[in-house]
Amino acid sequence: MTLLHGRARTWAGFAGAAVLLFALAPLALTDFRLGLLAKYLCTAMVAVGICLAWGRGGLLTLGQGLFFGLGGYAMAMHLKIADAGPGNLPDFMQLYGTATELPWWWRPFANPAFALAATVLLPMAVAALLGSFIFRRRVKGAYFAILSQALAAAFAIWLIGQQATTGGTNGLTDIQGFFGYDLDDPVNQRTVYFVIAAALLLLIALARQLIHSRYGELLVAVRDSEERVRFLGYDPAKVKLVAYVVAAGMAGLAGALFVPAVGIISPAMIGIVPSIEFVIGAAVGGRASLVGAVLGAIGVAWAKTALSEEFPAAWTYFQGLLFIVALAFLPGGLASLGGVLRRRRDRQRKAAVVAVGEAA
Amino acid sequence: MSEPAGLEIHQLRVSFDGFTAVDGVDLDVRPGDLRFLIGPNGAGKTTLVDAVTGLVKAEGSVRFGGAELLGRSVHRIARSGIGRTFQTATVFEELTVLQNLDIAAGAGRSVWTMLRRRNDVPEPVARALETIGLTKLAGSPAGTLAHGQKQWLEIGMLLVQDVRLLLLDEPVAGMSHDERQATGELLERISAERTVVVIEHDMDFMRSFARSVSVLHAGRLLSEGTVAEVQADPKVQEVYLGHAAAETVTGVAVQEA
Repeated sequence: MTLLHGRARTWAGFAGAAVLLFALAPLALTDFRLGLLAKYLCTAMVAVGICLAWGRGGLLTLGQGLFFGLGGYAMAMHLKIADAGPGNLPDFMQLYGTATELPWWWRPFANPAFALAATVLLPMAVAALLGSFIFRRRVKGAYFAILSQALAAAFAIWLIGQQATTGGTNGLTDIQGFFGYDLDDPVNQRTVYFVIAAALLLLIALARQLIHSRYGELLVAVRDSEERVRFLGYDPAKVKLVAYVVAAGMAGLAGALFVPAVGIISPAMIGIVPSIEFVIGAAVGGRASLVGAVLGAIGVAWAKTALSEEFPAAWTYFQGLLFIVALAFLPGGLASLGGVLRRRRDRQRKAAVVAVGEAA
Repeated sequence: MSEPAGLEIHQLRVSFDGFTAVDGVDLDVRPGDLRFLIGPNGAGKTTLVDAVTGLVKAEGSVRFGGAELLGRSVHRIARSGIGRTFQTATVFEELTVLQNLDIAAGAGRSVWTMLRRRNDVPEPVARALETIGLTKLAGSPAGTLAHGQKQWLEIGMLLVQDVRLLLLDEPVAGMSHDERQATGELLERISAERTVVVIEHDMDFMRSFARSVSVLHAGRLLSEGTVAEVQADPKVQEVYLGHAAAETVTGVAVQEA
């Protein structure tokens, strides 16, 4: 049934996605729905990194909220400073704080170039530091998952505790402008959507290149048998670190673009629950497949909006159920469904042939 | 290809929580040897290989090509030219035969090479595929190989790794007679250019292919020499008879499996 092969299929996939994201979606959706889609696409960007780190590298990154939050806060801090204007403090600092000038660690974020670079490089640096400890100590499996989740929780709790400088539970809210553009203007909201869509395609292309490179093959080898890789002369800690750091950078960029799309970043968006939500999308769609992880992330985020509009209380339970069902009965996610069904059909056909043979 | 190097083990000692698995073993494997390491279960054969490859902590001295190995990390020892296999074949099941070999060949690759696709079959990989007889299966997932083929793939991975010393842990376990014969001939060819140490329980296989034999018992070196010398050693006969008293002394004295 494959009409196209290899490279041609890849290009066709990217072209189709581009048409869908840049032409059809803006035509078909209202501004409100397009804004929601922008938000889902940010989740999908995180899922691209999860596909690499978890699907390919076996690292169950249950704490991507940490990196999403670092990117988001880096961006929001700059936008708050810009909104306040030169010499003024961001609104919440005037409200809660006693400070008369910006805290020292806010000041570099006044520079747009620094802030933009920090949205990606800060999460990557933090991941490199954490990862080099974690992987060299050979922490893996469930311990790694719990540790990453604890780090995301710790970051959220720390943010809540520093109300005077981080906005506490409320987060950084009511962001008005994006590098000089008014975010209330629907045209600018659309531009933000296009930037996000372009960034998503870029990250997918980047992850695809990594997955199909020699490094990508080595990463799968580490996932399957870390010890064996070590006996081949590689340091598995370094191999895993690269995937972890790249995934963190992707989550950081997603967080940064989430801020202008939604206008807010708060601890509730980066703690344990959102961190698990990032993973659920990838798990349902298929963690080892880029297309599966991305579509899964978008689909689950969409379902969350649709279902929580109808049944606000039931969503959390439904989400948990979805995760368990996916992991227990379809570990490869929906992306593997075709293969699973094909194998089952082949088995049945083979069994039928054997039965006929025995009867004859 | 680099010259084969010898392995000099001096007073090697490995203990786990008070139990001494390897108790002061001296072993001198000359470059290009095809050495068999035999002994009853629990003799310390695998532990000795674990110590040489850095998997367990050990005291004493292990020198390879003149350099001390003890205290180095596993992947650094591997890079110095020592490769090993395990009792259960561990290949990367989800990757193809070709990918398995390509990864084994690549520990020294630059970052730039790693980040690009593999567009061709590297020459050493092609040669190894030929040597282990899996050229036709290069594109199959390693998980679908037969047991014997997996063992050969593992040996092939050591070849492309360009190791100077191969440590093989029961390479013919579970193989058919023909597969054993093919494996033995493969090892003979390999040992023309590299040093090979084989842990084995199969005594027929040992008699057919060993160039020299070391017998371990209860963590100590019991006997060493050619196949004939070791078989004639009364100490060896005693140890093996203790495990298989029904066997006759002559000829099949070391028939233990």
